[in-house]
Formats: sequence, structure tokens, C-alpha cells
Amino acid sequence: MTLPQTDRPKVRLLWLQSGGCGGCTLSLIGAEGPDLITSFEAAGIEVLWHPALSEKSGSEVTDLLQAIVEGRETVDILCLEGSVMRGPNGTGRFHMLSGTGRPVMEWLSELAAKAAYVVAVGSCAAYGGITAAGANHVEACGLAYDGNKPGGLLGGDFRSGAGFPVINVAGCPIHPDWLTEALHRIAAGRFTHEDLDEWERPLAYTMHLVHHGCARNEFYEFKASAEKLCDLGCMMENLGCKGTQARADCNRRAWNGAGSCLDGNYPCINCTAPGFEEPGHTFTQTPKISGIPVGLPTDMPKAWFVALASLSKAATPARLRENAVADHLARPPVDKQKKRK
Amino acid sequence: MTRLIVGPFNRVEGDLEVKLDIADGAVNEARVVSVLYRGFERILDGKPPFDALVYAPRICGICSVSQSVAAAKALADAMGLEPPPSGRHAVNLIHAAENVADHLTHFYLFFMPDFARAIYAGEPWHADIAERFTAIKGTAAQDVLPARAQFMHILGILAGKWPHTLSVQPGGSTRAIAANETARLAGILAAFRRFLERTLYGDRLERVSELSSVEALESWAAEKPPENSDFRRFLHVSRALELEKLGAFSGPCMSYGAYAYDDGYLFARGVLEDGKVSPLDTGAIAEDLSHAWYAAADAPQLPYDGETRPDADNPDGYTWCKAPRLGGRVVEVGALARQAVNGHPLVRELIARAGGSNVHARVVARVMEIARVVMAMEQWVEAIEPGEPFIRHGAMPDMAQGFGLTEAARGSLGHWAKVRNGVIENYQIIAPTTWNFSPRDSAGTPGALEQALKGAPVRAGEREPVAVQHIVRSFDPCLVCTVH
Repeated sequence: MTLPQTDRPKVRLLWLQSGGCGGCTLSLIGAEGPDLITSFEAAGIEVLWHPALSEKSGSEVTDLLQAIVEGRETVDILCLEGSVMRGPNGTGRFHMLSGTGRPVMEWLSELAAKAAYVVAVGSCAAYGGITAAGANHVEACGLAYDGNKPGGLLGGDFRSGAGFPVINVAGCPIHPDWLTEALHRIAAGRFTHEDLDEWERPLAYTMHLVHHGCARNEFYEFKASAEKLCDLGCMMENLGCKGTQARADCNRRAWNGAGSCLDGNYPCINCTAPGFEEPGHTFTQTPKISGIPVGLPTDMPKAWFVALASLSKAATPARLRENAVADHLARPPVDKQKKRK
Repeated sequence: MTRLIVGPFNRVEGDLEVKLDIADGAVNEARVVSVLYRGFERILDGKPPFDALVYAPRICGICSVSQSVAAAKALADAMGLEPPPSGRHAVNLIHAAENVADHLTHFYLFFMPDFARAIYAGEPWHADIAERFTAIKGTAAQDVLPARAQFMHILGILAGKWPHTLSVQPGGSTRAIAANETARLAGILAAFRRFLERTLYGDRLERVSELSSVEALESWAAEKPPENSDFRRFLHVSRALELEKLGAFSGPCMSYGAYAYDDGYLFARGVLEDGKVSPLDTGAIAEDLSHAWYAAADAPQLPYDGETRPDADNPDGYTWCKAPRLGGRVVEVGALARQAVNGHPLVRELIARAGGSNVHARVVARVMEIARVVMAMEQWVEAIEPGEPFIRHGAMPDMAQGFGLTEAARGSLGHWAKVRNGVIENYQIIAPTTWNFSPRDSAGTPGALEQALKGAPVRAGEREPVAVQHIVRSFDPCLVCTVH
């Protein structure tokens, strides 16, 4: 066995923000076990510049960007947070990089061509996201997608220096671990094409459905449904919850040490998916046809779902029926050996 | 006269450019440019009203809950809905957790690292400050990030996640809190109190919050060496650099009132000018578009009828930030304004002594507000009644309008919503930094930061004048909100 190399050159990371809210960075600095700075250290990552964390400002930054474009400096990992702003009319004037008088989208194209890996941080940078909602009059798109269509700024065929497509750490916002784990693997040179799903998201977290580990699973099993936002029952039937279809491990690792959307008593809105920002219905209402939810659980045939649902509804224990429409657990489970007074 | 264009301006939330005309070693004129346009008000056109609760928090990753609170209040106003008491405490806790975390993030990660810059290498305090606050590498980041993350477990429990929760609703909070969870919340607050008392203040929260005059603050600071706590470090540097002489703004201070109770606010609503507080006239709030990149309106727009039609070719425009005015006047918002309006004697004295707000006063007010809010949070946890309702439900009328005002960490935030035929007909947002970083209005009056930058010293050869950096960041700006 050889000892780990300690003098390995640092992996150089550059982070830019464009049409977004900055929430992925704010989520990221909440990383725990370990904190973000330690996580970068552990991965051997040197932050060339990050808009919220770095000292460099103004021309110190634009000089660095120019040096990378001209090949005088190198960048291993380029992260973008926020949508690419193409408007108005394809000019990119909705976001000119301050101090440069040039659209951010031009900078991004030139910098992406120099990076070994390009990482889209959050659903905005990946697919357009919230900024592309409504009529998308700002012409927001992702780095390699325009909604669910390949394209975006760099085009669906884009490959970075290391031969990878844009790696889409989608989510609104990201869970800090989704990114720190991906960056660690990338920095170690051990991230492979097999680690990506069909939307180029790290499979590490999209291998799961939000449904996995949901604390409401027993309510789901018996179709004991919540009726109002605050009820403890399953939110799929009435409140628009997409947890049985959404790809993420939100209920298998805690958000902010303790929670998830579902634990907060509000539905999953499938924020890791392209186009989540325009669901075609009120977010907190389930669209139905003849009383059957339009979006069925992933991989489940409709006939089976209908049959199982009606069967399990008929078998719902009173405890679940009662708790499903309460905001505090009203009725505890019963122990057959001893009754509670 | 020389001109400097400073940007990208980092360690602010979002992207910012500042254009400076410099003469005789000082800024003569400043133009503040918000370089990004995002268009949330247009996104909300025609949407079901409750969808605002999904979109609005995503205006901003740092004031996400504030956006939720303003949207929920606007919808509640339109529906005539009031949250139950425990729901109000829960929402106040969620909101306070975000605001306190923002103050901490600002002080440790955004503001203090500028004093570690090489330009100050000759100063006697520099070695200690550089070791503590150098961006990414300083010891402070290693201390504050875990403390902040653990404090935000409050949001995991009460709000599911942060940022971008959907638990904050017009009628309260979706998440009822059980008795054992109040115990967890109290424990998290106790751990955070310990961090603040050991690391930020070096003293009890009670003692810090009771400092009621400049003299009291100065003698408190002198009790121990600057290295005793991060607040003392700041006070020491601030005195050495005379930060009270930087970034003056002498106009009125405004607060919409923060953390609502049944009978008022923890921090009062009002407008402070010349030491006197007058009631806020919400009908006097209007946005001037004359120097922004929007299709021009003939007159300042009242928010209910405000329009957002981007026009990058407006010849007089130089920013995507509109210019909100209160009765035609420029006002400053933020922690300083909030504490001054609420009558904090020390903050009032800092303003009175300098003839206006300034870098030193803004930071002191912000850091001292943390102590007051955390003490209030401890009381709210006690006041929660597990088993009581946390939310009331209601229906949105087909035709309605409402507005919601609140205080984000960085100042006054308002949403104005009109509903017609069951969908949003118009939605207007005026964010805190829109007030502070507004451009000139049709009378040619510069915005608060533009005024505060006038006279800022520029050392020979400086491309990014460090004084300008201190002044800009002292407002704790959030540009992504500004350009919603």
C-alpha cells in the first residue's frame, strides 16, 4: 500500500453566477459533516474565485477571467449557478458581466471551452429553471438544455476538456451534499459517465425517488390522503405532491439537519426535473382525470395503481384515516399486549 | 476628473457595478448599476395566486423567507385572513432564523474580509484581522459555518428546508410543532447563544443589547482586548479607520415593522428624520423609472399599478433597478433604519453624532440586532402552544387586492398583488436594495448609496477603492432581489 499523495496539484474551481437567486450557494454554505471549507480541502479544491466567498473584486476578477480565456491560467471545474440570460432578442443584455460591458453568456461560452469539467449548479443553470417560467421573456436557458430540449447555451453535444457533458446538479435549491460529493469525485478524477442519469444529473442522488424514506409512506400505502396543507396524510392525491415521481434523495438525507419539503408539510414540486417551473397546474393541487391523479408513481402501470388504490383505501385503519387529516398526530399505534389508558 | 468602473462587485448577493467620477482623490459622483434583469413580476402575470408562494421565495436565495412572508401577507390581506398565535410565532421564528443567519453571513463572509486586504498590511491590527477574516482561509469562516449551519436546523424543523420553503402561508405555517420539537428548538438556540457569547460578542446577549450610548459601547469595548471577540475586533478597526466618516447618508430612515404580534411589531414601523419618528404613509410609496432600463412611465408608479416592461434602450437608463421613493424622498432601509426607528438609543446617537448614517453605524446596528432577535426567538419558542392550530385556511376571492410589508435582514420589503378572475393580474415587488441602490429619479436626486459614495476617498492608483468596497457592503445589498 502506498501513502496518499499530499502534494497533488490543487484542482482549480471557478464559480460564476447569472440569472438566479444565489440560493444554491446559500444552501451550499450550510454544508455539514463537514462544512464547506473543509469539504473543499478534503477534495483538494482551490477556489480561484467564487462571488460570495472570495476576496478578489473588480479588475482582479476580470483579469483572471481574461487570463483563463487566453490560456494563461487554467481552470479544472467551471461552475455556473443561475440561468444563462439570452434576452433581449438573443443579445444577452439582460446580464452584462459588470466591469466588462460584455454579456455573461459570451464569457460563459469562452470559459466553458477552457474547462476540464463544466458543472451546472441548480436547475436554473441546468435547464433554465424558475427564471425561465411564464412566457420566459428573458430567454433564460440552461448550459446544455433549454427546458427539456438539448441545446441551451453550449448545445446538447457539448463536451468539456475531460470529455464530459455539462454535469447537471439540478435542484431548487441543491442539497449541499449533492454538489460536494460530485465535486469530490470529479476532483479525484473518479467521476465517470456511468455516474450520470439521462438528464446528466449525478445518479448518486437521482437513483432515488423523493418517495424513498418519506415519513408519510404508511399513509401512501393506504391512500390515507391529506386534504389541506398542514395535514399529515399523503399529499399525492390532493395536494400536488410529486414525490413518487421526482428523482432525488430528499427524504434519505436531512435538509438543514432535520427536514425535507414533505416533513415541512408541503408537497414535492419535483424541482430537480427540467420544466418543473411550469407544471401546468397550481403547484399545490393534484390534477385528476375522473378522480385519478394524472401523474402516477414512477414505473407503476395505471391499472395496477387504480386497483391497488381502491383496495388499500378500503383497508385503511382508523388510526391512519384520522391522522391523515390532522395537523398533529392524534392517534398513536395500538400495542396488542397492553392498551394505553 | 477620472472615471472608474468597479465590478464585478463580489461578496454582495448578486452582481453589481459602480461607476465613479473621481476628482482630487475622492468620489465626486457615483452611479450604481444593477446589471441583471430577471423579470419575476412578469412571470407571475396570469398565475394562480397561491403559486406566488412557490415563485416568490425563489426571487432570492438569501432573503427567501422574507419574500415568502411578504407574499403570504399580501395574499392574506387580499383574503382577509389572520394566522393563529402559534402560527405567527412559528413564522416569526422561521423569518428570524433567516434574518439572523443573513446578518452573520454578512459580517463574517461578506464585510470583514475586506480588512484582511493587503492594502492594510501596514496597520498594527492587520495581522490578527488577516488570520481571522481572510476570505476562505481565515479561522472565522471555520468557526461560523458550522455554528450557522446548526442554527439553521431551526429551519429544517419549522420550514422543511432553507432556502425556498413553502411552509409560510397566508394563514400561518403548514408545520405544526410538537412539544418535543420545542425542546429541540430551545436546545439549538442555546447552542447558538453560546457561539454568539463566546465568539461574536465575548459577553452575554443581555449585556450587549443593553448598551445604550456611544460612551457605553466604547467603554464596553475597552474592557477587553480586541482579540477577545469579533465584535470588539470590528470596533477596534472601525475606530482606527474612522468608519463613522465613511458612507454618509443624511436622509430619512424607514422601517415597515419587523416580526408582527397581535398588537404590533417587535421592531416598530415608521420613518425617522431629524431624530423624530413619524407614521409610515404606505400610500406615498411610488417607483420612478426615469433612469432605469424600463419603458418610461409619465409619472412615478404606485405599486398596485406598477408596470415592468424592460427597455434596454431607454437613453436615460443606466440600471435595471427602479427608483422607489417615499413621498418623492430617498430613504435608507436596513438594520440601522429598523433599530433607529424602533428607538435604539445607541443607534440614534450614532446617527445624530455623525449627522446621518454611515459605515460604522450600519455595522454596529446590524451586529447588535442579532442579540435582540435571538433573545426574542427564545421567548417565541416558549410561547408556542403544541396542539394549538398553526394555520388557518381560506379561499381567494375572484377579484381582490392586497399588499404585504415586512423587513428582510437588509431592509424593507413589500409585495403588492392584484387578483382578477381568479388569477394574478399584477404583482409588484419593491425590495430593500431597490430602495438603497436606486438610481437617480426624475428630479435628478441620486439614490441612497449614490449619495453615500460621494466623498469616498480614493488612494493613488486604486482600481477598486477599498473605501468604496466598505461603503457598498455596509448596506448588506442583495442585488438578486433588486432586479427581481
